[in-house]
Amino acid sequence: MNPKEEKVKIITEEFIENDEDAGVGRQKKTPKVARQKRKKRLPTTGPEEMVSENPHFNQQEPVQEDSDTRPLSMTSRRGPRSLPPIPSASRTGFAEFSMRERMREKLQAARSKAESTLLQEIPTPRPRRLQSPSEKELETEFGTEADEEVQRTQKEDDSQSYSRVKFCDSVRKIKPKPPVPPGFPSAEEAYNFFTFNFDPEPEESEEKPKAKNRDGTNQEEEEGEEEEPPVQEHKMDEEELLSAKDDEDFLLGLDHAAEDFVVVRPADYESVHVRLQMEKELLFVPSRLTVPTYKKLPENVQPRFLEDEGLYAGARPEVPRACQNIMENRLLTQEPGRKWFGDDGKILALPNPTKGFPSRPPVLTQEQDIKAELETLYKKAVKYVHRSQHMIGSGDPSGNFQLDIDISGLIFTHHPCFSREHVLAAKLAQLYDQHLARQQRNKAKFLTDKLQALRNAVQTELNPAKPHKSLDTTQKAINEYKSEIRQTRKLRDAEQEKDRTLLKTIIKVWKEMKSLREFQRFTNTPLKLVLRKEKVDQKTDEEAYEAEIQAEISELLEELMEEYERKMEGYRAAYQQWKAWKKAQRAKKKKKKQEHPDEEMEEPYPGEEPVKPVPPEPTDRALVEQQVRERAARSRRRPGEPTLVPELSLAGSVTPNEQCPRAEVLRREDVKRRSIYLKVIFNDKEVSRTDSRPLGADFRVHFGQIFNLQIFNWPESLMLQVYETIGHSGTTLLAEVFLPIPETTIVTGRAPIEEVEFSSNQHVTLDHEGVGSGVPFSFEADGSNQLILMTSGKVSNGVAWAIGENGIPLIPPLSQQNIGFRSALKRADAISSIGTSGLTDLKKLAKWAAESKLDPNDPNNAPLMQLISVATSGESYVPDFFRLEQLQQEFNFVSDEELNRSKRFRLLCLRSQEVPEFRNYKQIPAYDREIMEKVFQDYEKRLRDRNVIETKDHIDTHRAIVAKYLQQVRESVINRFLIAKHHFLLSDLIVEEEVPNISILGLSLFKLAEQKRPLRPRRKGRKKVTAQNLSDGDIKVLVNIIRAYDIPVRKPTASKFQQPSRSSRTFSEKRAASPTAHSPTHSADYPLGQVLVRPFVEVSFQRTICHTTTAEGPNPSWNEELELPFRAPNGDYSTTSLQSVRDDVFINIFDEVLNDVLEDDHERGRGIHTHIERHWLGSVKIPFSTIYFQAKIDGTFKIDIPPVLLGYSKERNLMIERSFDSVRSLSEGSYITLFITIEPQLVPGESVREKFDSQEDEKLLQATEKFQTECALKFPHRQCLTTVTDISGKTVFVTRYLKPLNPPRELLDACPSSPQATAELVARYVSLIPFLPDTVSFAGICDMWSTSDQFLDLLAGDEEEHAVLLCNYFLSLGKKAWLMMGSAIPEGPTAYVLTREQSHYLIWNPCTGHFYGQFDTFCPLKSVGCLIGPDNIWFNIQRYDSPLRINFDVTKPKLWKSFFSRSLPYPGLSSVQPEELIYQRTDKAAAAELQDRIEKILKEKIMDWRPRHLTRWNRYCTSALRHFLPVLERSQGEDIEDDHRAELLKQLGDYRFSGFPLHMPYSELKPLTEAVYSTGVHNIDVPNVEFALAVYIHPYPKNVLSVWIYVASLIRNR
Amino acid sequence: MAAAGPSVFLLMVNGQVESAQFPEYDDLYCKYCFVYGQDWAPTALPLASVSRVDGGAGAEEGPWTVTRTEERRQHGDKGLEEGISQITSKSQDVRRALVWNFPIDVTFKSTNPYGWPQIVLSVYGPDVFGNDVVRGYGAVHVPFSPGRHKRTVPMFVPESTSKLQKFTSWFMGRRPEYTDPKVVAQGEGREVTRVRSQGFVTLLFNVVTKDMRKLGYDTGPPDTQGASGPSPPQGLPP
Repeated sequence: MNPKEEKVKIITEEFIENDEDAGVGRQKKTPKVARQKRKKRLPTTGPEEMVSENPHFNQQEPVQEDSDTRPLSMTSRRGPRSLPPIPSASRTGFAEFSMRERMREKLQAARSKAESTLLQEIPTPRPRRLQSPSEKELETEFGTEADEEVQRTQKEDDSQSYSRVKFCDSVRKIKPKPPVPPGFPSAEEAYNFFTFNFDPEPEESEEKPKAKNRDGTNQEEEEGEEEEPPVQEHKMDEEELLSAKDDEDFLLGLDHAAEDFVVVRPADYESVHVRLQMEKELLFVPSRLTVPTYKKLPENVQPRFLEDEGLYAGARPEVPRACQNIMENRLLTQEPGRKWFGDDGKILALPNPTKGFPSRPPVLTQEQDIKAELETLYKKAVKYVHRSQHMIGSGDPSGNFQLDIDISGLIFTHHPCFSREHVLAAKLAQLYDQHLARQQRNKAKFLTDKLQALRNAVQTELNPAKPHKSLDTTQKAINEYKSEIRQTRKLRDAEQEKDRTLLKTIIKVWKEMKSLREFQRFTNTPLKLVLRKEKVDQKTDEEAYEAEIQAEISELLEELMEEYERKMEGYRAAYQQWKAWKKAQRAKKKKKKQEHPDEEMEEPYPGEEPVKPVPPEPTDRALVEQQVRERAARSRRRPGEPTLVPELSLAGSVTPNEQCPRAEVLRREDVKRRSIYLKVIFNDKEVSRTDSRPLGADFRVHFGQIFNLQIFNWPESLMLQVYETIGHSGTTLLAEVFLPIPETTIVTGRAPIEEVEFSSNQHVTLDHEGVGSGVPFSFEADGSNQLILMTSGKVSNGVAWAIGENGIPLIPPLSQQNIGFRSALKRADAISSIGTSGLTDLKKLAKWAAESKLDPNDPNNAPLMQLISVATSGESYVPDFFRLEQLQQEFNFVSDEELNRSKRFRLLCLRSQEVPEFRNYKQIPAYDREIMEKVFQDYEKRLRDRNVIETKDHIDTHRAIVAKYLQQVRESVINRFLIAKHHFLLSDLIVEEEVPNISILGLSLFKLAEQKRPLRPRRKGRKKVTAQNLSDGDIKVLVNIIRAYDIPVRKPTASKFQQPSRSSRTFSEKRAASPTAHSPTHSADYPLGQVLVRPFVEVSFQRTICHTTTAEGPNPSWNEELELPFRAPNGDYSTTSLQSVRDDVFINIFDEVLNDVLEDDHERGRGIHTHIERHWLGSVKIPFSTIYFQAKIDGTFKIDIPPVLLGYSKERNLMIERSFDSVRSLSEGSYITLFITIEPQLVPGESVREKFDSQEDEKLLQATEKFQTECALKFPHRQCLTTVTDISGKTVFVTRYLKPLNPPRELLDACPSSPQATAELVARYVSLIPFLPDTVSFAGICDMWSTSDQFLDLLAGDEEEHAVLLCNYFLSLGKKAWLMMGSAIPEGPTAYVLTREQSHYLIWNPCTGHFYGQFDTFCPLKSVGCLIGPDNIWFNIQRYDSPLRINFDVTKPKLWKSFFSRSLPYPGLSSVQPEELIYQRTDKAAAAELQDRIEKILKEKIMDWRPRHLTRWNRYCTSALRHFLPVLERSQGEDIEDDHRAELLKQLGDYRFSGFPLHMPYSELKPLTEAVYSTGVHNIDVPNVEFALAVYIHPYPKNVLSVWIYVASLIRNR
Repeated sequence: MAAAGPSVFLLMVNGQVESAQFPEYDDLYCKYCFVYGQDWAPTALPLASVSRVDGGAGAEEGPWTVTRTEERRQHGDKGLEEGISQITSKSQDVRRALVWNFPIDVTFKSTNPYGWPQIVLSVYGPDVFGNDVVRGYGAVHVPFSPGRHKRTVPMFVPESTSKLQKFTSWFMGRRPEYTDPKVVAQGEGREVTRVRSQGFVTLLFNVVTKDMRKLGYDTGPPDTQGASGPSPPQGLPP
């Protein structure tokens, strides 16, 4: 026999105590039989062999057969969990088997077996019922308590069957080893095994489930060991077995079998059909079809939809329909399947636990959204009030209060370690306590006395000895008494009965206890009940008893009599009525019979016929007496019976450990191991804990500790946590005991010790005598009358407020309590449950709730409903408005309208908003009446005009729109700037020396050795002044005029008729910069020593005019300093304001002409009367902003000289300056050397430290920053530009602006032959677009670059826009062109355009349209910072930056540092420019109209400027000039002077003529008038002067207008 | 406005910068100036009404008006709007006080209590190398109510941005300073600075107001307690 089986047998013997012998015997036999059978079959391969192939059968069959045999345990049967592992021994045993043989055998076996099994028994797939652990939960959740009882019993025999199943498992695991090849038991074996072995099992006693259970677990442990080493055992035990000789044939069989099993067979193969077939049999595949509802519900039940009935049904979790169907089908095939379905025919489900919305904040995906959401909001710091709300107010004298908690002890009324006796003892003690309490109150006695008194009262009332009371009242009183007597009697009877039952119960429990003690032969508790008999006098007792009964009887009789009387009364009345009716009926019948005999049947109404009343029965005295006596016997002590007084004492002795059975000893030891401690939790925080005290044998723990809690917060909760420690293993929380916070009146010393009960819901099952907790047990032998006791107990404690040293109780003020309560309410924001919070309008909320039919049963809505009920019931007053600043109203001393009407208030508001007009308003008057209306006029006008386009100043509408647009852009930018202005850096506030580096330190050390008074002092920088504390007159503009070159010289009047030859000055000659001398013919005209010109300089700034002395000659030297005051707009000297000053410094050069007034020759000798005239020669215009930003302007500037200066020529005196001629002739025009600065030096405003956002690649931006810092490190003063700001305020990489763009067609068509001429024309076109410096419009911010189309639309821009447009044109013309960033005079940092001609470079000034050769000394560009091409940036890293000295070959990396290089290749940036520019042809008529208007306006202006003189206009001259101007435009103001003059002279021969054409791009009218004014033509006050003024506008495409103004003054020659 | 003569109230302040307590330093001097709002102007009696020149005058007389205003400014007819005291040394007694007793005397006119004048004090003294360095800045409002008031102003200096800077500034004798002492009377931009406290300066004000009540501003009766009578020069702040 299998050694393992042997072992199993031993185990079984252990726990099957009596009646298993037979079974074991059979068991012994079984394998033998089986083996013998197999021996026979094996060669022929019995059909059951096949089972070994299919483990499913293996599982299925035993169960089924099992269930057949033992239907009792079938329901609770557990199927084998897993396949038993293949014992390793089998392999060793079959080592010699031939593989093939075995296979063949197997195959055969499989075939035959399959057939036979299919025929014999088609195993219906009968689902085994698995007892899932969730079943219990279901019970509680769905409240189907009906089958709880069933389940419990199930569970119980589960525990039995469990062991059995375990056993089966193990047996099966062991068994298959020898006989079946792959290690599984054959079907037959299994059958035998199960049928034979376990027959007796159901008879097994249920008396010892526990023991069995334990054994079961033990066995499990053993089993684990057994499984592992079967081989060794096998070998070891073999000898034993051999010696035993019991199982000889088994051994033989084993040997034989081993040989037999080795069969050579082909590989197993099952056809797909077969397998499918088998699978079909084995596997249950539930249908996916929807289950009809009627199947899911009990018969004849309509589905009921709770939701439709208005009840709350939570949202079900979403499960795919198919899954649900499968599940339903599966459930339906199971046995109690229907209980899974709810009333509505769906599977029961809890509400969907998932939240409807994510608790994680949504991840923002779109960038635009982020911006709005990430906007930082300033919130005032708020004190964190959550806790401090409960804090005791700071105003209280001392913040600490004291709460004394006295924990005296703990008594368990139930504990898992209670033995049965303890349970009884506890019960007894409880009953006894009850009894004592009742005894103390002694209600029965009290009621008896009362009854007696009442009876006496009735007696006395009835006593005729007292007749004085009226009969009426007496009767009434008696009645009252009687009813009271009745009441009292009933109460007394009840009380007495209760007393008696209690006594009985006590005695019963005591008896039970005694019997238990006897039964278990030991005593656990010292409880002892003594019943003391109190003897009573038999006779008196009997008498009293009898008297009582008699009294009662009589009373009852009386009562009954009354009742009877009343009933009789009723009966009589009813009888009378009936009789009357009867009579009437009879009469009717008679009548009817006579008239309508056939209607007789209808007459009697069945419902109306009154029943004949039955007279009440009189009471029977005997019956009453019997009732009374019965009741008395039941509830009262029998007469003569001694009174029993129970007395509970602890006098009994507990049986010592040695005499107790083992289980009890275990229990006691367990109790000893346990100890208890308490934690004191105050406001959810542990504040202290008691010592850990061992649990006494009487389950009492004594602590006797007092905790003094120094508290700061108002106590919200006070809780004790009971912890139990078992040995050293760990602690478990038994229960939480909430203590009430004491009243403020309870102070230490007065606090009673209270007992607070607690109970725990823990389930404890113990393996000793302890009854456990939460598990059922029973006192009865048959297990009936079960009890489930939970751990419970009482903590005796006292909580009180402490008393301070001076006798004042340390109690926080009472008012705090309310706040605490309210805040607790507040914390549970009821409204948040519906997803919103902070709703304040409760009425609306209630309305909404009513409208939306919120289900009041929905637990989600509970707080809301409560809130609404509170709100609507008017318990709390909720205002129907919300106030942000509660105290605001108190400060509203005047209504809002009135406040807004106040001019003063408005003024103050506007000033604080930094509205430009009011930013520096000083001394706002104290009274409204002192504020003049005109103060607001400007501002209001501006507001009004914001959207109205003013066409008065701007003659053509397009420009007006543009101006408006620019104004708006400017305002928005300035607003942004104003905001940025309020951000300070440390350097704005604090002057701090920088940490010196080595060079500075060295320098300073060197300075120490320096001479104190050096011979050649070095220039020290002026101290810069911050602009804030300046006022009018503090700032001066200093203009130092040094010298001028090439001033035009007067033409002698003698040469009036001479026709100058034009041959010497050809177009090409000039441009080619040939050094050929000019025609020397004129030199002869000048007599030696004659004054050619007497120039002086007049500087005007802000209408202040200063002038120098008069110098002589075409190259005068003045060296004079002029000082002009500067006045800031609105007296605001802040940086912003200064930056936006748009005034220009005009430097005009005049020729002072002395005219002899005296015409008569004879007077000449007597005196000299001369008249001084001044003739305007030219001007230089420098914007103040340039001066302000440059701090100083030092250099030689080209004088803007009109193309035609009548009476002057620019011929040079070659005789004098021949040596310079070669150099100077390169350039045209006159020059002036100036030095301009501001005194004191002002700190220029810094550009706003604002990083603009960009759409450029982040990498590119980083590269630009790197590039710029590298460049700045090497050459800090050279301009390096990589990114610019576009008009919408975004950072854009600069090369994106460069792209070939088409110039206007007509410019290209003008001179198609000469590219050079075209280039010049294009440059002129660009220069005709008005100039508007960015720094003025966007003060101090930065340059804003508009694209070329924007530039052309706006028709305004600064150097960069001009340069970009010009560069783009050049690129489209096929030139190699670059944008050149550098600094020039007078502009400062600026942009030029560099083009490469065949052999040389040309530098173009885009604003003037002039170009210069690289080596032109008078080129205004003084330094070159970087070059920008369409695809790269090159930074100048040459030693010099003057264009004269640098090499423009950008391909040399040593000279030019390129931005895109091999390491960072050009990524192919798209251009921001448009694809092509579209030009509209300008309306000629509009231009002509504009021309007329300008002429008219200018004429009026000149007349205005000459208020004291008569202004005469020479029409003839004007028309001559007007004809001349288009010629000038065509020739671009060059080389027509002589022609023109000749013509003029021809026409106006007898006039002395001085005048000049002015040429400028048209932007608006003001610059034109300024320019005319600055020439000073109007200043001639010769009486007979006449004026001529002509205007010509030449329109270019895209509304670019070239304006020519010819002004002249004429004096008639005598 | 000058012509109509708007309703103003006057605030006359005199008093003195009495003394200071700088336990670590000696030989200090003190500067003071006033910071006031836009509606305030330091005033002198009748002359003040001509101080403003009409901006709309003809272009040719521009320079002249400027120079005239300039002259008037230099003569200082507006009261002592700012001042610089003598250098004082510590007293030899236990108090170690630096006594200046430097007078303040200024009159303001205003239409609006907003921007009430503040006096800004800055104290300087030599460091170990003899460089003049700042020893403290402080500011206090001129008292609102008429009467005699004593104020003790805590003084502070801006801190260096780093330890190294601290050392170099000490070594070079150029401590961090405010670009303008007036920033201590303002709130704007102060968040970027860190300061260290240095000592105290005690000021005495005698305040007289005129027409305040007429314009509806009631600054209340002065708190007479302890203000009248000669107070000890070294009193604690009231």
